[in-house]
Amino acid sequence: MGFDIRMPIGLLFTLFGILLIGYGAATRESVMYADHSLGLNMNLWWGGALLVFGLAMLALTRLRRKE
Amino acid sequence: MRPEPHLIDYTIILLYFVFVLGIGFVLKKHMKTSTDFFLSGRSIPGWIAGLAFLSANLGAQEVIGMGASGAKYGISTSHFYWIGAVPAMLFVGVFMMPFYYGSRARSVPEYLKLRFDEKTRGFNAISFAVMTVFSSGVSMYAMGKLLQLLLGWNFTAAILISALIVLAYTFLGGLTSAIYNEVLQFFLIVMGFIPLVYLGLRDVGGWDGLKVRIANDAMVHSWKYMGHASQNPMGVEWFGMLMGLAFVLSFGYWCTDFLVVQRAMAADSMTAARRTPVIAAFPKMVFPFLVILPGMIAGVATSPRLHDARAQESVVAGNTAQASFFTGGKGIIPPKYDAAGNPVKADGKVVLDYDLATPMMLVRYFPSGLLGLGLCALIASFMSGMAGNTTAFNTVWTYDIYQSYINKTASDQHYLWMGRASTIFGLGISLMAAFVAKEFNNILDVLQLVFAFVNAPLFATFMLGMFWKRTTGHGAFWGLLGGTVAAATHYGLTLPAGAVPGVKGGYLGPILHVYPSEMAQNFWTAIFAWVGCFTLTVVISLSTAPRPEAELKGLVYSLTAKPEEGGLKWYQKPATLALIVLVLLLGLNLVFW
Repeated sequence: MGFDIRMPIGLLFTLFGILLIGYGAATRESVMYADHSLGLNMNLWWGGALLVFGLAMLALTRLRRKE
Repeated sequence: MRPEPHLIDYTIILLYFVFVLGIGFVLKKHMKTSTDFFLSGRSIPGWIAGLAFLSANLGAQEVIGMGASGAKYGISTSHFYWIGAVPAMLFVGVFMMPFYYGSRARSVPEYLKLRFDEKTRGFNAISFAVMTVFSSGVSMYAMGKLLQLLLGWNFTAAILISALIVLAYTFLGGLTSAIYNEVLQFFLIVMGFIPLVYLGLRDVGGWDGLKVRIANDAMVHSWKYMGHASQNPMGVEWFGMLMGLAFVLSFGYWCTDFLVVQRAMAADSMTAARRTPVIAAFPKMVFPFLVILPGMIAGVATSPRLHDARAQESVVAGNTAQASFFTGGKGIIPPKYDAAGNPVKADGKVVLDYDLATPMMLVRYFPSGLLGLGLCALIASFMSGMAGNTTAFNTVWTYDIYQSYINKTASDQHYLWMGRASTIFGLGISLMAAFVAKEFNNILDVLQLVFAFVNAPLFATFMLGMFWKRTTGHGAFWGLLGGTVAAATHYGLTLPAGAVPGVKGGYLGPILHVYPSEMAQNFWTAIFAWVGCFTLTVVISLSTAPRPEAELKGLVYSLTAKPEEGGLKWYQKPATLALIVLVLLLGLNLVFW
């Protein structure tokens, strides 16, 4: 009904991914990664994962529209 | 100790709100009839209904309560998933959905009306409506308290804003909007909690490191210590666990609670409806790793590098075995504080605020940025639970109470309007119920208690109704009533160890039995309710006139044709999928035995 829910999900996660990657890149030197995430820049890494997930959802939406 | 969310975190949360509301707005134009609004026009594909089925249940009791239980009881909490949910989910999909979906009932109470009679429906509809707004209130309270403690937000403002957002999207887009958002919320919760578990486990040295740090064998085995109630931290023995949780409570909830069943009823075909709970069972099996592990880790995690004066203090003073965030806390779980800011004590020991276990994990392991995502996942879980309750409530109110007893002959447009109106006042009552929830330590215990009274007898009624054609309406009604009375009586005559008579039980005067824990008392209350209902239903059914078999076609197992499965491939068949789940389930139980 209405629209393919994968579209807004894909869009939201893509935006989240871009935001986190951007923020992670800008805060590479920040002490917060040592304080919180065991020295890993998780914003960069997990932002990447969110981006991949978001794009995959968008790709699925397009794929279904073609059918 | 308070995190300082930055602009990035608020941006992420705001973006989520925009999407959630956007989905509601886009769906508004599709809500033309009451069937669209309450049943999504029966047009939802199986996988969407399946994820929504799971997500609607993923409210506060899941993410916060299961984390709290993980911290308190360890991996045994997984019983709430592996035996306390999955088998019942498979059962409702494979065996019960043919009657729910096939009878074209629009709600669970309406099925009771078709199968039994008006009074059975009325009893169920009213008790369900009350329970639903209460559960929703519990969610709201949990979230308000959490956001207040965690971020310093205003309690009332926090619950008002989230309630308003849920109100907006369910008001606009009805069940479809709730379901679509539940799918979104499902992925948010998963993607928000994976990095938490990853960082937590990495910090404590993986599962093996966690076992060493917990240093309590009973907390890292799910079955090994279930032989006797005194051996495990839950204070429950295997019989109470299997009968109380895995059978009575679990089947009572998953097979009869309209909150979840509604998602399957909205599916686009009988096969999709039957697959809905089975599809949900796959992620349900792995959820313990996402929601229980953070709680367990919270009990042993340390925070040497965080700039918190009290954390340093407790390490220096050697107050706790491990460096704690908080004086008197455990790991990163803080003690409960009274109004004056002093730790609450019972029997000379500090009472821990277990509900903060999982939220503190977010604070401990998530840097700004990821913190926004984590908070989003938390808020999403609250909202999905709240929306689930709201949509179930407005449907039962409109179809089973309003249309059945108050205004029988109005136009479909009027019922659509009533659906929207009841969305508003349902949420309003929930807001008030939010304050009732303050009395209890662990949200989970409250919900279990409510489920025990209302839901426990219910499964006896449905089982007899669906699989024994001789069951009559009188039998069902008086059985349900008797079961609920049995629950209340048992609860009123027993107490958990260390409790005083009152809300914890024992209110009838004489205390006939003292259980080792609240959980054990709740499980046994459920068992008594079920047995009471079952016995009474059978006895009264046998002494009242049966309904003619012709009227029961499509409602009872022996009088209903088996669902058509001819054109389906093996992996599309609900029963085959269910078998796969069962095998995986057995494996999980053995690994964490």
